[in-house]
Amino acid sequence: MGKPLISNNIRKLRFNHDEMTQQALADKVGVTRQTIIAIENAKYFPSLELAFRVARAFNLPLEEVFSFEDQSDNKA
Amino acid sequence: MSYQEKRAIVSLVNSIVVTGLYSAVMLQRYPDASPYSVEVFHYWGAFFLILIPVSIVANIVIDIVFTILSSIAVKEMASSITDERDKLIELRATRISLYTFAVGVLLAMGSLVVDRPPTTMFILLIGAGVVSAITRDISQFYFYRRGS
Repeated sequence: MGKPLISNNIRKLRFNHDEMTQQALADKVGVTRQTIIAIENAKYFPSLELAFRVARAFNLPLEEVFSFEDQSDNKA
Repeated sequence: MSYQEKRAIVSLVNSIVVTGLYSAVMLQRYPDASPYSVEVFHYWGAFFLILIPVSIVANIVIDIVFTILSSIAVKEMASSITDERDKLIELRATRISLYTFAVGVLLAMGSLVVDRPPTTMFILLIGAGVVSAITRDISQFYFYRRGS
């Protein structure tokens, strides 16, 4: 089983939503700005609940904000 | 450097300074008696019992001073939110800290097995407490710096 990779489009989505700041998004989903920074940089993978909150903040389904790629899928 | 990283550094300095100063003061009062006498056990009992409220009060005071200075110096207010990442980092740091303390307790018990005086055991217990607190703060700082 390969290392799972969860990527996200949060930075791009913030830009497309009137250049929403990290702090504004953090306030909207109820976390600190440092957590948003860590998620954007793929240093921290959010819980399912927080992932849904972020998706809801952009009025998008979860899979349009986060995507999952398993390296073992590529080998097959 | 984020507020949480600064807070971890302040906590680290606090752990070292408070325990260091307290130990320096208390060790001057070490009883001049046999290592196995009742006076020595009384002394160590008092050492631990007084250390707990002293470190709690010192933590509260230093936390208040740090929050005030931080908001004045860099206009950075303490975050009112403790989110899931903060809790995860705290849990990881606490786990590492508890493992460290457990090793210290085993060493302290081991000192009795190899016929060291009770004072050695108490010093090892205090050392384990200090080192585990330092480990917790360093772990927290490291996890915040790394991002998770």
